[in-house]
Amino acid sequence: MSLKLEHVSYVYGSDTKLPVRALDDICLEIPDGQFIGMIGHTGSGKSTLVQHLNGLMEPTEGTITYDGRNIWEKDFPKKELRSNVGLVFQYPEHQLFEVDVFSDVCFGPKNLGLPKEEVEARAKRALELVGFPEEYYKQSPFELSGGQKRRVAIAGVLAMQPKILVLDEPTAGLDPRGRDEILGQIAHLKKETGISVVLVSHSMEDVANYVERIIVMNKGHVLYDDVPREVFGHVKELEAVGLAAPQVTYILHKLKESGFDVDINATTILEARDTILKAVKEESRC
Amino acid sequence: MKIIETNHLSYDYIRHDEEGNVEGVTRAVSDVSLSVKPGDFIAILGHNGSGKSTLAKHINALLLPTEGSIIVDGKDTRQEENIWNVRQSAGMVFQNPDNQIIGQVVEEDVGFGPENMGVPTKEIWERVEESLKAVGMYAYRKHSPNKLSGGQKQRVSIAGVLAMHPKCIVLDEPTAMLDPNGRKDVIRAARALNDVEGVTVILITHYMEEVIFADRVFVMDEGKVVMEGTPREVFSQVERLKKLRLDVPQVTLLAYELKKSGLPLPDGILTADELTEELKKCL
Repeated sequence: MSLKLEHVSYVYGSDTKLPVRALDDICLEIPDGQFIGMIGHTGSGKSTLVQHLNGLMEPTEGTITYDGRNIWEKDFPKKELRSNVGLVFQYPEHQLFEVDVFSDVCFGPKNLGLPKEEVEARAKRALELVGFPEEYYKQSPFELSGGQKRRVAIAGVLAMQPKILVLDEPTAGLDPRGRDEILGQIAHLKKETGISVVLVSHSMEDVANYVERIIVMNKGHVLYDDVPREVFGHVKELEAVGLAAPQVTYILHKLKESGFDVDINATTILEARDTILKAVKEESRC
Repeated sequence: MKIIETNHLSYDYIRHDEEGNVEGVTRAVSDVSLSVKPGDFIAILGHNGSGKSTLAKHINALLLPTEGSIIVDGKDTRQEENIWNVRQSAGMVFQNPDNQIIGQVVEEDVGFGPENMGVPTKEIWERVEESLKAVGMYAYRKHSPNKLSGGQKQRVSIAGVLAMHPKCIVLDEPTAMLDPNGRKDVIRAARALNDVEGVTVILITHYMEEVIFADRVFVMDEGKVVMEGTPREVFSQVERLKKLRLDVPQVTLLAYELKKSGLPLPDGILTADELTEELKKCL
């Protein structure tokens, strides 16, 4: 089961004098069980791309196939696609509306027409996956903290049991611990369920710490699509398109310039620690 | 003289039920006494719900203390006749770039504040020009705000406050919704206001990297100020900050990890240059 985009383009206002090509010839595949990061500055086409993944927007050119079938075919089951590809928008807690947490998470599967037991089992499982404590199930979602609200909103999408979960900046506005908790939980549920996760983020550190593949968007193109080490090796190019490498990468570059024999492609704190320790030890030995 | 001084300031949010009876009381700020010198760059850190924003809203009298008091530029906010003067002394910029701009054209938006204060037209235009230049947005003065990026919108919002010639500006998570470039530009603008114009800046943020230039850092938890000091003093306490749901800058964390692995590094390293120098000493 994979989602495949072939030569996908999207033009806003194609019938006006000022058409804007928001996506330009995008080719990429999202297979099962991958943790993917998507980065790009404001206006690079990330959101437009994300909305193509579950058929909210129709490409102007090119095709999108799910499990080998074109999703814009006449009798393609769109409803099924929307439960298979779950989208969590920015500030998803603004979309909470039910009287208590549990009912809110039940809303999606209930709309699929599933029996009550199945609906409740799914809601319970989804809340467990995001680490939401059971004693608050009957609490109003509006009385929760920001981080907890966001968990409930993510659980609402998980209850649809998607094969691909797309999260648009799930940590915006959270404090550092809240950010680590949410990302840790997402990594955990990805491992637990084997689903694919696409994490749209402005934080190079978060992307470096969690994902195995990074898609870099710029002006509607895919600029890079590779493992973090490779992508963050292009520091100058990333800066030219309004992005950056993780801060540890810059620190390592600086150390290298000062004569330390460190691996400048390390992207996380622990990788950086190890390469610095090694360099210092070897240097001291001579 | 202090620009801001709070004396045992506390604030309660009071919840009412449908009949208007008091249902519950939440103490958001609890017995805070602090003072800020004119011209300082102050950062306030704290986890979600620690009371940072509630405290900040007292600085321009959007909220009034339940107990205690706050004196802004010599004026007690509890006295009603002071409110407009307090708001002129202390301006505020919020998180969301999309709901602070009202003008159809950038320069009109920036002129809105001084116009409301009854500043003569000629002076309004002078203020608009200097404010937009201060935040690096003068080239966009004839643009529509709708077409700007988030970071540019935030800088226009800051210019709008600046045009009112405040002595102090409170930035409540101004970078939370921005991409890395937008974040850099907004912080650069805030530092320029402080360095060049001498405006007192109070920055609330969840990004630890943004506060390493601050003169003083206050850390809040459960409505109280629990840590206070220079960035170096505060960020030396990695474990304590983690317990408070916070973090330290990446370079500080890296140095901390290296120290734990046996390298003789000092606490509270704040920049890559410092780390390089200290590592050289380890050889």
